[in-house]
Amino acid sequence: MTGHVSIKLASERVNHCVAANNELPRFYTPGEVISGMQDFMRGHGTYTEDDCLKSSVAGVMQKVNKLICIRPLKSRYVGEIGDVVVGRVLEVQQRRWKIETNSRLDSVLQLSSVNLPGGELRRRSAEDEQMMRKHLQEGDLISAEVQSVFSDGSLSLHTRSLKYGKLVQGTLVKVFPSLIKRRKNHFHNLPCGISVIIGNNGYIWISPQQQDILLEDNKDEIQNYELQPVSRTDRETMARVKNCIAALVASKMMLDDTSIMFAFEESLKYDNVKDLLDPEAMLDIAFLAQHRINTVMED
Amino acid sequence: MPGPDLLSSQGLRLDGRRPNELRRIRCKLGVFTQPDGSAYLEQGNTKVLAAVYGPHQASKSKTSTDGVVVNCQYSMATFSTGERKNRPRGDRKSQEMSLHLRQSLTAAIKTELYPRSQIDVYVEVLQADGGAYCASVNAATLALVDAGIPLKAYACACTASIAWRGSEPEPLVDVGHVEEAAGGVCLTVSSLPSTRSVALLELSHKLHMDYFDVVLSRAMQGCRDIEVILDRAVREHLAEGWTKQDVVTI
Repeated sequence: MTGHVSIKLASERVNHCVAANNELPRFYTPGEVISGMQDFMRGHGTYTEDDCLKSSVAGVMQKVNKLICIRPLKSRYVGEIGDVVVGRVLEVQQRRWKIETNSRLDSVLQLSSVNLPGGELRRRSAEDEQMMRKHLQEGDLISAEVQSVFSDGSLSLHTRSLKYGKLVQGTLVKVFPSLIKRRKNHFHNLPCGISVIIGNNGYIWISPQQQDILLEDNKDEIQNYELQPVSRTDRETMARVKNCIAALVASKMMLDDTSIMFAFEESLKYDNVKDLLDPEAMLDIAFLAQHRINTVMED
Repeated sequence: MPGPDLLSSQGLRLDGRRPNELRRIRCKLGVFTQPDGSAYLEQGNTKVLAAVYGPHQASKSKTSTDGVVVNCQYSMATFSTGERKNRPRGDRKSQEMSLHLRQSLTAAIKTELYPRSQIDVYVEVLQADGGAYCASVNAATLALVDAGIPLKAYACACTASIAWRGSEPEPLVDVGHVEEAAGGVCLTVSSLPSTRSVALLELSHKLHMDYFDVVLSRAMQGCRDIEVILDRAVREHLAEGWTKQDVVTI
């Protein structure tokens, strides 16, 4: 079997930079003195030593009145109340699930903060504690919202809405959380017939659009729906969206529904989805998407 | 106690450097996408890859409420040395190196910020040409910076040795494999240069007390020089990777 193989020289590596940044901001690096201690407040990414305010991470300064923070380019996800996250169930415990959300510590999903499938109300009983594994078991993916943040920084999640819950049949893409914009809505139905959940924690879920089956609260039908085969065109579109996201990430562009959709529309000129994995094609798509974003911003 | 002849009559070393010159350092941050932070560093012919995962939830046996647990793994590729190695990791030398690496990095990381968490640092030596430990510390520091983990200062490591010019002692900075193998002493210093503190100090052979200070100060000078190089690499990386959103003030 002979395939098409392209091997490039290291010197011909594609530079993925798309934004024309002429003016650089002031960067701070670990141990660098930001200012004297007087009349400033110490924020994230800084510490005090010898009456000086010093930076502890490499990044740019964000200043709110007297509060000084240094924001690193990338870090683990730091949760805030109301964020939409996508996570994976690690463990089933007493009355709660442990969820991995790319955060510093594992997140918690209490049994009391979930809606059972079909909207059925939960009775507090030993029985439904034993049913927990039937609802969500180890390795399952869920979408959820951050309900509260504990003092040690770990998150408590809830899925008390029909839009949250278990995710079946789709693709998970992991990106750096700093590339996700905080928006009002993180659930998008793209015009190409694909729905994406852009989790604030950098996990993106791509799935074929759900039909309105969920509205009929018939539990059996929902279960059947989970097992429906996904058509080949849907799967190809999902793969294309996934590759578009990869292209945007390689060029360090912010991800939201518009940037993903622009990249998707630009990618349509490549017929084969796998051609999008080519570094030149990735750069091309990211560049065109960036251009369109700039034009939209100017208008 | 004249050691082996490490300096030529012109005052140059075996590889042509002057006594106070480092080998060429080339480095790159963010070489992998899967880990939270990664870096590649070349110091002369010594080549090292470092990857950092975390901070993430510590495993139950390791968890500590005072601060983050730093977990290091130092491994040398089987093809990294002149003679093929059988065990890339887990032998006595690698285990010792892992402990030393942890000591240096724990000194630099602001551990108290992340109780019950763990940071994993994996270092792979691709080619060992002397000073593999120093290159590992420097690469691991860059990887930690790339992962956005708060550090008190850069942790830099450097070696120094001593040679004789006539009867005058002349300290040598950043010892290469040839000089190491020639049997001179080798002082390894890992320090936080901007705070002027030492995280780890190791001496391979006997060295007279009278000469210790000059060798140590030469090694510390080497650490400061390395810090400048690392800082420049970090700034270049930031200039490439920053996005407009980072500067937006709230």
